[in-house]
Amino acid sequence: MSGTSGVDVERVTFGYGATPVLDDVSLEIAAGEFFAFLGPSGSGKTTLLRLIAGFGTPTTGRIRVGARDITDLPPWSRNVGMVFQNYALWPHMTVAENVAFGLEMRKVGRAERDKRVAEALAMVGLDALAARRPAQLSGGQQQRVALARTLVIQPEVLLLDEPLSNLDAKLRVEMRAELVSLQRKTGLTTIYVTHDQEEANATAHRMAVLDGGRIQQVGAPLELYDRPANRFVAGFLGAANLLEGELAGSTFRHSSGLTFDLAEGSAQARPILMVRPQNLVLAPAPSGMGVIRHREHLGAVLRYAIDAGGARLVAECPYRAGEPVYGEGDRVALSVRPGGGALLPA
Amino acid sequence: MVALEAPLAARRVGLLRRWGVSPAQLALAVLIVAFLTAFLIVPVSRVMVAAFEGPTGFTLVHFGDFFRTSLFLESFFNSLYVAVGAVVLASLLAVPCAYFLARFDFKGAGLIQALGVVPLVMPPFVGAVAMQLIFGRNGTVNLLLNDWFGFRIPFMEGLNGVIFVEALHYFPFILLNLSASLANIDSSMEESAQNLGARGWTLFRRIVFPLAMPGYVAGAALVFVKVFDDLGTPLLLSQTNLLAPQAYLRITSVGLNDPMGYVISAILVAFSLMAMAASGLITRGRDYATQQRGGGGLARRPLVGWRKTVAWSFIILVVVLSLSPHVGILLLSFATVWSFSPLPDAFTIKHYATVFADSAHMMGNTLLYCGLAATIDVVLGVSIAYLVARTRLPGRRLLDGLVMASLAVPGLVLGIGILRTYYGVELPGGVPLATFWGMLVIGYAIRRLPYALRACDAALKQVHESLEEAAENLGAGKLTALRRIVVPLITGGMLAGFVTSFATAAVELSETLLLVTRDVDAPISYGIYVYMQSPAGRGPGAALGVIAVIVVALGAWFSHRIAERERLRRGRGGTA
Repeated sequence: MSGTSGVDVERVTFGYGATPVLDDVSLEIAAGEFFAFLGPSGSGKTTLLRLIAGFGTPTTGRIRVGARDITDLPPWSRNVGMVFQNYALWPHMTVAENVAFGLEMRKVGRAERDKRVAEALAMVGLDALAARRPAQLSGGQQQRVALARTLVIQPEVLLLDEPLSNLDAKLRVEMRAELVSLQRKTGLTTIYVTHDQEEANATAHRMAVLDGGRIQQVGAPLELYDRPANRFVAGFLGAANLLEGELAGSTFRHSSGLTFDLAEGSAQARPILMVRPQNLVLAPAPSGMGVIRHREHLGAVLRYAIDAGGARLVAECPYRAGEPVYGEGDRVALSVRPGGGALLPA
Repeated sequence: MVALEAPLAARRVGLLRRWGVSPAQLALAVLIVAFLTAFLIVPVSRVMVAAFEGPTGFTLVHFGDFFRTSLFLESFFNSLYVAVGAVVLASLLAVPCAYFLARFDFKGAGLIQALGVVPLVMPPFVGAVAMQLIFGRNGTVNLLLNDWFGFRIPFMEGLNGVIFVEALHYFPFILLNLSASLANIDSSMEESAQNLGARGWTLFRRIVFPLAMPGYVAGAALVFVKVFDDLGTPLLLSQTNLLAPQAYLRITSVGLNDPMGYVISAILVAFSLMAMAASGLITRGRDYATQQRGGGGLARRPLVGWRKTVAWSFIILVVVLSLSPHVGILLLSFATVWSFSPLPDAFTIKHYATVFADSAHMMGNTLLYCGLAATIDVVLGVSIAYLVARTRLPGRRLLDGLVMASLAVPGLVLGIGILRTYYGVELPGGVPLATFWGMLVIGYAIRRLPYALRACDAALKQVHESLEEAAENLGAGKLTALRRIVVPLITGGMLAGFVTSFATAAVELSETLLLVTRDVDAPISYGIYVYMQSPAGRGPGAALGVIAVIVVALGAWFSHRIAERERLRRGRGGTA
């Protein structure tokens, strides 16, 4: 598709009462990028998406698509395609009429319109259902129609608002893969709103984690997972052990007396150490600080709840031949896999 | 100057944005408020003020006079008696029907559902005279009873006649509301009670009745208000010692300055409000239907044995009773002479010929007035529903509430209000504005607006805002989105609203009697009333009545068809 563009959100604030829905949000999304807005409900992620589509005007700040400032443009002049969470298919029109609508608005001639509608429906594999009405389609098919309806106008940017939330679990994984392959094929700048970190991780080149109307961190999924900027991001992207303590050189000391040798130092004297459960290493040691409180067998993984001088930790070890298996009450020595700890500001 | 104007303009744009309205929408809102103010708020307020206004300002003297006059006191208690009596009789007819329908699986279900509509298509005043001829002292039933068994039943004696006619007309309100409540009861509610050991009467008293009560109360309150305010039926049955007829007579015979008409109006409004408030209070927080997932109603049982006989007998009795006004008016319209005999002496079509020769203009007037009123209702209904649902305009819910509050204003009161407010305003031809036929159109429109608003609002609620946003996102402007997406999707609701307004306005009598002064301006309903006044006019009156009923029935059928088609079109069943 021709002419995809980046999106530049500059210091956008939005909201009516005392507490803004969005608070000084800035973002730069590159052309061709698959970008996710990730956050819990009420974080402002959908509001930000809707501002980009033109549903609402920022109180302050600017939004650009490519070089074009679209902040004051109405939704219909933006050429920013949006797929709605409930698909918003028009029940009184057939599938083909739904898909043709945007082309009609663009005054595309009938012959050209029919051709492009057919192409768009073929792209999502629904060419056989063009004459049906939305109510006669399954959830997954409705989703594809919504996608075709948006893509057929060749938008500069594609916005997806929780696109998989109305599908069942199996279909969700399938559609996710389809969305990714479609995006990689077209190279269309795509913004994807979700509250599900797995979805964001699986699809996005980069993502922004939002909470309370503010952007908490922006980066590639692995980067955010390994080096979260704060407690919220650390916890939202997966299970995390968070320990407050002191840093001397590269040795981290928790108040319980637990110490870890880290590969890195920090400028902060009292940082928070974040260790993912799989980066906590256990070793049999009768005099070790850790005591196994509880063990769960999850199949490929053993999960231990550990008490270390008052600090409660979770460790996950692969369950495979030759590795030790601990029982409740066993004592273990604890260490952090090299590079497996991250220091966060307190 | 320039420096001053710029920030002002910016502030204005800011307000519009905060309210989420375009200038056109704001202008529309202002127009609607002006219309409602001129034709609802001001007229009703003037009636209320007149009731409490003495030479030196506020006074309760008129109310004192009212309660010291034995005629008014009697009328007051008569009105209460008739309204309560009608509720009781209507309940006796409706509650068993609703219960049979909800509880049993039997062939009479379709018949009961038809009962929900058939009486409503004919206004009670149309059938009143025919009911005299069937159930009166010397009517069909009593003549036969007297011949065979030597006694009569005083169905139609005095106020009882009003109760009988009104209950037969209004019992569907209770039947429909109660049936809806019963159908919304989740079958698991009943099953869990049975699981815990409740059955029979206990099950009914503790579970079924409390869950269905909101529907019953809503229906009963509606019946009370309608009967309490009704003018046409008592007038046609010559029962003038009731509140509404007294108000009408005072205003039309004593004059617009007589305070008693206004005092009675205030009392009518107060009782309407009280009945609606009581119904609201009793049902508040008990909207059980929305809390449940499934609905599905009670578990149905087959109807067998003696119960079947009892149920069928009852239903057939109710069907015969509720069809009797229709049959009576039909017979009367074809009767040469029908007096002191079970059936008319002979049949003729000359009444129809008379009506078409003398009163064709009334049919034209009805089509014109009701068509205009229904159009006004749909335009206002859609506009108000849209402003409430899609903007953040301050006071928009108040606007909705104001329209709904007009439900508590009897036609008589609005008619009196319009007379008082606009009688002094003269049109170029010297005709008082109040009696210009356009005022009747507006009066019709105002009182039917609540129904039209709810119909449009319900239709608009089906259209999720994202459907419009999707169109805008694909390049459609606000107007295009409205035209291509919203309007096609709410057409069904709009048509239903139109037909309801049209059909009910076609048989309105209270406002009609007050506002029509010249025969050339009269609609069908006025014609029926005037014809029915004289024994010689009964035939043509009945013929006009039949024509009116056909119009209303066609309307009801038409709107039902639209609703059906709409549902099919959207559902899975529809094909492209």
